[in-house]
Amino acid sequence: MQVREASQISRKRGRKAFIIAAAILVMVAAVSVYFGAAKIGLLSALTDMDKRILGLRAGRILLALTVGGGLSVAGVILQGLMRNPLCEPYVLGISSGAALGAVISTIVLGVQSFLGLSALPIWAFLGAVAAFIVVYRISEVNGRIPIQNLLLTGVIVGAVLSSVVIFLVSFSDKEYLHTVMWWLLGNLQIFDMKLLLSVMVIVITAVVLAALNSRELNAISLGEEEAAHLGVDIEKTKKRLFIIASVITGAAVSAAGMIGFVGLIVPHFVRLLIGANHRAVIPVSFIAGGAFLIFCDFIARMVMVPAEVPVGVITALCGGPFFLYLLRKRSRIR
Amino acid sequence: MTLLNAESVTGGYGREVVIKDISFSTTSGSFVGIIGPNGAGKTTFLRMLSRVLHPASGRITVDGKDIYKMPVKEFAASVAFVSSESGVIFPFTCLEIVMMGRFPYLHPLRGESEKDIEAVERAIEMTDCSGFVSRQIDQLSAGERQRVFIARALAQEPRLIFLDEPTSHLDISHQVQILDLIKDLSERGNITIVAVFHDLNLASEYCDTLMLMDGGRIAALGTPKEVISYELIEKVYKTVVVVRDNPVSGKPYVLLAPRIKRKGGLT
Repeated sequence: MQVREASQISRKRGRKAFIIAAAILVMVAAVSVYFGAAKIGLLSALTDMDKRILGLRAGRILLALTVGGGLSVAGVILQGLMRNPLCEPYVLGISSGAALGAVISTIVLGVQSFLGLSALPIWAFLGAVAAFIVVYRISEVNGRIPIQNLLLTGVIVGAVLSSVVIFLVSFSDKEYLHTVMWWLLGNLQIFDMKLLLSVMVIVITAVVLAALNSRELNAISLGEEEAAHLGVDIEKTKKRLFIIASVITGAAVSAAGMIGFVGLIVPHFVRLLIGANHRAVIPVSFIAGGAFLIFCDFIARMVMVPAEVPVGVITALCGGPFFLYLLRKRSRIR
Repeated sequence: MTLLNAESVTGGYGREVVIKDISFSTTSGSFVGIIGPNGAGKTTFLRMLSRVLHPASGRITVDGKDIYKMPVKEFAASVAFVSSESGVIFPFTCLEIVMMGRFPYLHPLRGESEKDIEAVERAIEMTDCSGFVSRQIDQLSAGERQRVFIARALAQEPRLIFLDEPTSHLDISHQVQILDLIKDLSERGNITIVAVFHDLNLASEYCDTLMLMDGGRIAALGTPKEVISYELIEKVYKTVVVVRDNPVSGKPYVLLAPRIKRKGGLT
């Protein structure tokens, strides 16, 4: 009977964590929609201007949810896959590819739009895809992808691409510099709704696919041979999960730049609270990561009104100390 | 009836040949120990038998089926593996670890069925893990942890379990506890056990059949009485030993003879 009870209790705990995270998400989103540089009267009737502002803020919140949740899930996947708690979405080199694409489009080509969409995210996504292909090809040995190869290749390709980015930025005109720096530091401003919609579709599809692989991820996080003994086809699973994490990262970075820290800290935060079972960790991380980024973006907008602070600065400033506090508290209980 | 059969298996890592033309078979319900000095190929052979390392040539079958042609889930539903120590770095509970043993039976879109829960319950009961199902695996002692991993193997409902030095990190009381459990599984549960041992005395005490390996080949295969003789052990391990019989079980055991004493140097 103990087994039955324990499994019911843990299932209930997972559901409870999801509901609490979702409630926090809704609260943070509500506050974040209402407050901002422009004041909106709650009691008086909404003007057209108010409606437009609310629409913009809502779009921004959806982007923050998608990007924050997506990066967190990508972090969960990579930490589990590589069995390395220091992994985060940017170690794969994908994000550096996106940065290079963005820099090329702005500084080198100076293009503004592409097929009716703003050009920067499209170029960034192309850069991410190119970086993915390079990393994948280099780390592949006889149809297998040894995880150490993948990690090292990702880090090194990322470093090389980043130095190309710095090279290009250092020779660019001032007018482009600001645009590029803002993008590199992470920015949730909406370029257009079509972009928001496509990023949401891509990221959410990938997160659902990741959730369907959570049992495989559980097994692989114990070690590849352990997973193989349990009946997991490890090479296929690794490739599948690597592609899912890359797609999420590429889409998120293309839309919002390199927002750091979310993909590293949220997975740990969630595991500290609810344990390691990926069947719960993946959905809860998506919601918690979304709520966290919405909150950080809200702070970034409000702290120096009407100016905005880059959201990546806030994610590290808020997330770091809170995480360390939680870590200390937890290790003292044990 | 033959359950596991290896026919002239040869192979290793890259161009380095570790296993040289080994043929070996075992019937269901037996407890086979693989012993031999470091580098003899014990673990490599076990990895080939457990479908992790593809041999360069030869054929391995379980129940007459070529293991490398079986779907990976089908293989895991009849063969389980327990390693000497698993480095779990994420905070899984014991129950979650044991439930992973049901992977070959689970559908990705569905939850655990009544059958899965029952199998896990049985596995936890048999290994006496019910006291800590909800605890995190990293909070347990090494002996308890090993029992959890044996429970996971049992949850796979296998006919064959491979173990790689299952007791090498345990003290003597836990060694006996774990090996009594494994012996019980092979005798009453009719599960075939193939285990690599470093400790010759444990192997001799518990196994029905011992396979002594040396340089990638079988140096001797037989009952503990046949294999644990001072001539064979001295030849393969290149060290002087004394072999006696355990007064309780009648099984042979091995004593070391330090060189300094043999020469009468310090006495």
